[in-house]
Amino acid sequence: MRHWLTLLLVGLWLAAPALAIEAELPIADPEQRELYDRLTNETRCLVCQNQTIADSNAALAVDLRREIRGMVEAGQAEDEIKTFLTDRYGEFVLYRPRWSAATAVLWLAPAVLVLLGALWLWRIVQRRAALPVTSEEQDALDA
Amino acid sequence: MIRYAAPIVIFGLMVVVFWLGLGRDPSVVPSPLVGKPAPAFTLPRLDAPDQQLAASDLRGKVWLLNVWATWCVGCRQEHDALLAIAASGEVPIYGLNWKDDSLQARAWLEQLGNPYVATGVDADGRVAIDWGVYGAPETFLIGPDGTVLHKHIAPITWDIFARDFLPLITVARGTGS
Repeated sequence: MRHWLTLLLVGLWLAAPALAIEAELPIADPEQRELYDRLTNETRCLVCQNQTIADSNAALAVDLRREIRGMVEAGQAEDEIKTFLTDRYGEFVLYRPRWSAATAVLWLAPAVLVLLGALWLWRIVQRRAALPVTSEEQDALDA
Repeated sequence: MIRYAAPIVIFGLMVVVFWLGLGRDPSVVPSPLVGKPAPAFTLPRLDAPDQQLAASDLRGKVWLLNVWATWCVGCRQEHDALLAIAASGEVPIYGLNWKDDSLQARAWLEQLGNPYVATGVDADGRVAIDWGVYGAPETFLIGPDGTVLHKHIAPITWDIFARDFLPLITVARGTGS
């Protein structure tokens, strides 16, 4: 019984590549293949919003992979292809939005929040450091 | 005093932000196309594949482009509203039959009625990509100078048409050449 289960699991594990979505032939040129992989993994599938178009089998994702592949194979630059996508679907289509006036808040917010938090922490530490030492603390120090 | 009020104020602000966020529909993505020239297309007509429907032929007109397909449930749902809009004579509707089977599409129009002046067949979805279509039904309003004036995602109703499209159509006709 145990052996059969192990065999089944190993079989499933070996068959996992069959679940891969891309049935298309890989692009021959390694640099272009790398660009294609990067772009499809950073482009949002708008039909199934939390998937990338590399992950999705929606008809639109298949179409967009075909378009991106065509542009990559035609030797277009990464930036040109991203502009093609954002002109049509807006900045939301990119999982890594580009730097612009509209996305500045998005990119800067984490740094600003960390800075504010650090400032707050520093003020608390300053204030506590200025407090007189209590007798218990003095005892602890002396011990 | 501030140290006790601050957490409550911050909490209150977060409630407002998240409340507003909950009320928004994430499947509606604003189109970057509104205010920009409508993408050009030349497509075979559904009723006569040897003839072409081109966006450039519609210059000088105010028109609607409705993206539909027979596999699209929402399109079936909005069909009666499209027929009502067509019958009102307010604005001509042109169809974009998206990634569909032309035989079925023709049968659909025969059975349910045809609200379209003409329908272009976008079999491989290339034109739909140029228009930033990501889910049928979608309806665009195009002005006489070829600018996209409005986009509605999801099934249209007469009320939505009257509220969002009619005022824009009146303005477009007023300024149009």
